[in-house]
Amino acid sequence: MPERRKFLLTMARGVGAATIGGLAWTGFLDGKKAYPTVLRPPGAAPEKDFLATCTKCGLCVTACPYQALILAKPGDERPIGTPYFRMREAPCRMCRDIPCTVSCPTGALDRSLVSEKDDHGNMMLDVNKTRIGLAVIDRETCIAFWGIQCDTCYRTCPLIDKAVTIEYLRNERTGKHTIMAPVVHSDHCTGCGMCERACVTKKASIFVLPRELAMGESSARYVKGWESTDEERISDAPEDTTTVTPRSEKPPLDYLNKGDL
Amino acid sequence: MPSMRGYRFMFFRRISQTAIIGLFLGGHLLGWQVLQGNLSSSWLLHTVPLADPFAVLQMFATRHVVATEALIGGLIIALFFGLLAGRSFCSWVCPLNMVTDAAGWLGEKAGLIHPGKSPVISRKTRYGVIGVSLAVSLSTGLAAFEWISPIAMLHRGIIFGMGMGWTLVLAVFFFDLFVQRDGFCGHLCPLGGFYALITGFSLIRIRHDKEKCTLCRKCLDICPEQQVLPMIGQISSAVTSGECTNCGRCIEVCNDHAMKFGIRFSPAKQRTRIA
Repeated sequence: MPERRKFLLTMARGVGAATIGGLAWTGFLDGKKAYPTVLRPPGAAPEKDFLATCTKCGLCVTACPYQALILAKPGDERPIGTPYFRMREAPCRMCRDIPCTVSCPTGALDRSLVSEKDDHGNMMLDVNKTRIGLAVIDRETCIAFWGIQCDTCYRTCPLIDKAVTIEYLRNERTGKHTIMAPVVHSDHCTGCGMCERACVTKKASIFVLPRELAMGESSARYVKGWESTDEERISDAPEDTTTVTPRSEKPPLDYLNKGDL
Repeated sequence: MPSMRGYRFMFFRRISQTAIIGLFLGGHLLGWQVLQGNLSSSWLLHTVPLADPFAVLQMFATRHVVATEALIGGLIIALFFGLLAGRSFCSWVCPLNMVTDAAGWLGEKAGLIHPGKSPVISRKTRYGVIGVSLAVSLSTGLAAFEWISPIAMLHRGIIFGMGMGWTLVLAVFFFDLFVQRDGFCGHLCPLGGFYALITGFSLIRIRHDKEKCTLCRKCLDICPEQQVLPMIGQISSAVTSGECTNCGRCIEVCNDHAMKFGIRFSPAKQRTRIA
């Protein structure tokens, strides 16, 4: 049956070629997900969903009135064709009408993530809900921590006294001066990058990192007993534990508080 | 001017291709509101959403929710080409067509690639690439072709900055020049394959008139998708294959007026003549 044999061979070749191509393609794309340092526009969905839904159309880049957003070119070491910020060069100016988010046709930039219900129950844009990333301070190169007076990041912050505050520390070296230390607060910082742009050191000593990179996560086993609302954080923590030792027979919430340790 | 006549549709195609790039470029740099975005998705006149239907299909394959604008935009484009304009995206809109046409022209001048000779890869490969790109979209959760598309790379590059994107475009040029004539557009490109699949029923078609044909085969030599012209010299009919890009090259090279733009339905008198 040479005809049938030929057909089967052709089929096998096709399937083989498709498999090789598909595997190489999958491997290539898998590498594209591994850019942890990329800073997305306001309202960006979590990175995995963002990468799936962004069609790389550049409408957000066009919409940005400050030309701060960049559409990644091949060679930019960012996922090709997706929008991102380089804060040291051009930070986000926190437009109230958030034109970049509003322009997105695919929901990769999700306006509900940067909206708040007003008194009448309508969703209103609130740019301060933006979470591009979180500003992080290198205390070793920040001259304010050296004892030199500099509050550039604090002064330039659009949420001054909320996202960045100044904490007065005693200068132990001189014994008589104050260190005016900038402190970033994650519950207000939008990651706009104005501080990174303004920082006076050669390479910015305050810089924006994606939140997943810059932040830890509290354990359900530890609760701030002195904060009435912190208990809510563990409301859906699992009661049972999988580690079986004499200690772990008790519920995790009880093991510090009951019985002998 | 017989020489200009031989390129009249190519002239209009180049105008159309560059005008679309120009409108997008003006939309980005100068704030023109005719077309903003790029071929992946865009706004027409700031009110009508447009989107690449194949990109939307891949987005579905990633199992993510597709926003309404992209959905409507993809539908508008799919209906426009699928019901009306045929696979003309490839020859009248796609910027890569200028690159591959240049490669084809140079290859023929230099005698590197002879039309119709040495088929290195099958024309059916593109449909396999569609299947693989949907499968890869499913497995990786990313719209697979949109990440490697030389079309998107070129078009986006012109509007938003090319970076290293020219390397891929050059690779396509060399592939068409040295390996296979019309290699990318006619064999590999899944977007072209997608439009071929959805435009089988579109209205605007090339029509062949057997009575005028002198069997010189110029149309078959020039056609980037020769397999769509089995009727040449055989029967008078419309070119009904979705793989025809409506580029009009066959009309230009025909000295016998045996090819013309028309619609898929036969006029009554022609129908009786065939019968």
